[in-house]
Amino acid sequence: MNAAIDMPQVIPQLADYIRILPEIVLAVFGMIVMLLDPLVDEGRSQKTLGIIALIGSLAALAATLFQSQYPGLGFWNMVQVDSFSIFFHVLVMAVTAVVILTSYEYMAMQRIRAGEYYALILMGALGMSLMSSAVELVLIFIALEISSISTYILAGFRRRTAISSESSLKYFLLGSFATAFFLYGVALMFGATGSTSITVIGQALRLERIPVLAYVGVAFMFVGLGFKVGAAPFHVWTPDVYEGAPAPIVGFMSTAPKAAVFAVLLRIMFEVDAPGRVWLIWVVAALSMTLGNVGALVQDNVKRLLAYSSIAHAGYLLIAFAALPNNGVPAVMFYLASYAAMNVGAFAVISHIGGEGERYVTLQDYEGLGRRSPLLAAILTIFLLSLIGIPITGGFFAKFYVFSAALQANLVGLVIIGVLNSAVASYYYLRLIVVMYMRDAREDVPVSPVPVGLGAALAISLGTTIYLGVLPGRVLDYAARTVSAWAR
Amino acid sequence: MSTLDNSMLTLVTFIPLAGALLLLLFPRRDRDIRLFALVVSLLDFVLSLHLPVHFQRAQAGFQYEINNQWISNPNIHYHMGVDGVSMWLVVLTTFLTPLCVLISWKSINERVKEFFILLLVLQTALIGVFVALDLFLFYFFWEATLIPMALIIGIFGHGRRVYAAVKFFLYTMVASMFMLAAILWLYAKTGTFDFVAIENAIRNGQVENFAGAATWLFLGFFIAFAVKVPIFPFHTWLPDAHVEAPTAGSVLLAGVLLKMGTYGMLRFNLGLFPEQSRSNAWWIMILALIGIIYGALVAMVQPNMKKLIAYSSISHLGFVVLGIFSFTQLGLDGATFVMLSHGVSTGGLFMLAGIIYERRHTYEIAEFGGLAAPMPVYATFFMFIMLASVGLPLLNGFVGEFLVLSGAFRDRAIYGILGATGVIWSACYLLWMYQRVFYGKVTHPVNLTLPDLSGRERAALWPTAVVALVMGVAPILWLNAIDPAVQTALAPFTQLASRMVGR
Repeated sequence: MNAAIDMPQVIPQLADYIRILPEIVLAVFGMIVMLLDPLVDEGRSQKTLGIIALIGSLAALAATLFQSQYPGLGFWNMVQVDSFSIFFHVLVMAVTAVVILTSYEYMAMQRIRAGEYYALILMGALGMSLMSSAVELVLIFIALEISSISTYILAGFRRRTAISSESSLKYFLLGSFATAFFLYGVALMFGATGSTSITVIGQALRLERIPVLAYVGVAFMFVGLGFKVGAAPFHVWTPDVYEGAPAPIVGFMSTAPKAAVFAVLLRIMFEVDAPGRVWLIWVVAALSMTLGNVGALVQDNVKRLLAYSSIAHAGYLLIAFAALPNNGVPAVMFYLASYAAMNVGAFAVISHIGGEGERYVTLQDYEGLGRRSPLLAAILTIFLLSLIGIPITGGFFAKFYVFSAALQANLVGLVIIGVLNSAVASYYYLRLIVVMYMRDAREDVPVSPVPVGLGAALAISLGTTIYLGVLPGRVLDYAARTVSAWAR
Repeated sequence: MSTLDNSMLTLVTFIPLAGALLLLLFPRRDRDIRLFALVVSLLDFVLSLHLPVHFQRAQAGFQYEINNQWISNPNIHYHMGVDGVSMWLVVLTTFLTPLCVLISWKSINERVKEFFILLLVLQTALIGVFVALDLFLFYFFWEATLIPMALIIGIFGHGRRVYAAVKFFLYTMVASMFMLAAILWLYAKTGTFDFVAIENAIRNGQVENFAGAATWLFLGFFIAFAVKVPIFPFHTWLPDAHVEAPTAGSVLLAGVLLKMGTYGMLRFNLGLFPEQSRSNAWWIMILALIGIIYGALVAMVQPNMKKLIAYSSISHLGFVVLGIFSFTQLGLDGATFVMLSHGVSTGGLFMLAGIIYERRHTYEIAEFGGLAAPMPVYATFFMFIMLASVGLPLLNGFVGEFLVLSGAFRDRAIYGILGATGVIWSACYLLWMYQRVFYGKVTHPVNLTLPDLSGRERAALWPTAVVALVMGVAPILWLNAIDPAVQTALAPFTQLASRMVGR
């Protein structure tokens, strides 16, 4: 309680650096990969750089665990390490590691030069993890840009195919537009409250009469973030981008950046207690679920099918945003974890079956997979059952927590829409299972044996999916504790 | 209670699953796989006999209970237990599974390993449905039955198997969504999934807003069960599923899966919502009667033997629903007894149909005729089990139907009268089919050389015939365990009735 607090601290302290340690580790490893790229010869670059990137993501995971011992604010209250940020850091790092493991085989098969690819994944992960720990809107914007730009480029990495470039360009153009919306919202919020710090904004909005400008600001930010998570009506880019982008990258960008953006959304909606959120979210959630599921019904391309399903899942997730923070926040966090596990796993299988040039991605190519490759088919089936929401998979409890949070907030209408949608959704996931098991095998679609890296990736995501389905308690309790810290 | 008693239900439920996991590791030697599946299912049957042998007959309430916390949030318990009704359904399941293994010995010769794994997983799920006393656990097992059954139909079935499997899956899946919504509502208001706790909370009026929601909750559960039974007009999935399913699939589908629906009505609709059951009984009874008569009439004109048996199931299950919603001791006793006897006799009929299909690859009744001459043993077994199904006194079908009808008479005479015609219809269609298939001259020369039953097939049929006879001669062995359970289920109704009289 003396002058030292008022004195602006000019030079960052060691503690400040600890608050961004995982990001530093990721940046360093990303740069190492880039620097080494011209030095190793092309044949071996894939192997060497992939391993370095994998080590980088694991080192960042270790840094996160180390960092969790020192919670608190850093860098002039711009970043905050708390159990909330730790949760999302671990999620992003785990997804990154699994995606790198998946890419290992994929890159060799597609004959893509490895260098920038792995570097960009690490840089993207940097942006995503920063998004979850930033508590200042401008920093959040910067982190969002780091993550988005990396994914724009990654989406266009199959340079030989036109749809990949189309995917990248489309993603870039629409994505920039959305980022602008977000920035506009930040500016309006600054105008309304005089600050860009989430904590200060939250206090200001609780104390005073809420200015109209704040409503508009929240709406603009929501539009920007809603685009990033692919919620309807800002979802039209998703199917095209997912179809064109490399399969492991689709697994990446449908989970990690999405989790990070949802983390930002959680902070803005709940920590700020954003005004007027319930009805805004109600409409967007109902639209996303319905449009996503109805769109998925008629898809023949597996990647497009899962793209539409991801729109629907964004809708289920948003239901929890309309609920109360005590139940809503843990529900969202749990949902993101289990969705990450099952979706990354599903895309790992798809990237393996796709083969060279991703030729085999239609439903017909999966005919008789249960016979040609029983193990892969069984694993994909479990991921699909989890996406449907069948018990003892993570997907079930994810939906369960979301729906029960909504019921406790008396959002019966939204729950009914959600339940009906899950019934519709079971049809198209089931279609894929039916095709795999109940049709005659297509002899002309080859299935190569599963390499070690992919096997490890599948084992991790499968294990997580089942773990979250059998013993969801620990993860949920952890998520619930983070909220009690917010509830003031 | 010894520790063995406590873990008995866990053992009986999960031994088939453990067997399935071991099968995964087995080499692909088809004969070993079949033998192993047979041993596992027999072991489970023998173990499950522990339940009726050490069951405290006079005692109401659940026995062999086990109740441990599984997940703290949501508050889910590993809570299992059986009363007189569910215990016999468990034994019915373990009784039919080894027979299914035997009957599939030769007819399944591709992807043998997958088939027996699915069969054993299905058995675990089925037993789980009957022993679960935690609504969440119940819902989990309920959904878990769906996947192996759909795969058994879809992979190992006949011509239009994929269509039938998807139809089966979607019908049940969509219907159980309503049940899930009702379960979630109850959880949101009571904070528990425990059946007994929720039952008490409702009876003591501790659930807020219950009066307004009760009818919807009742319907949520009822729709899920009605599709499973199936009650007219939700029955259209059943003939497709039966005709396309392999024999073992049909046996378990008719023998056990359909009973999940009627068991659910008895346990959950009556247990949790007595007043709503009472006020909705009139239209449910009418639907049951339509099911009995309509099912029988459609069965009469079926040219396909298996479809005929499938429609006869709709008719018989109508009796069960009629008995349950008569709210009389006789009716409920009878309903439970019909569940068991229908499982045995219809299971037997499907096995018999499967045996002839293995020889001729058709179910068309017109393809046969005069089979009694080349296959006398087969014809005798068919006659015996068919008479059990028709409801000949001293065989099992008679006891249950008689009790149901007397219960229905007590409720309202017209229900009993209309229901009784169902017995006549079933004699018509089954005897007529028997006549066309077995009597007269052999009309198709191929049928002249058909081999009679093999030792394995006899081994599968003898137990059904014996059990059908014992159940018909000494039903008291079953009923003295069922009685107390039914009395408990009816307790709120007698209270309800006396309260109404009091007014």
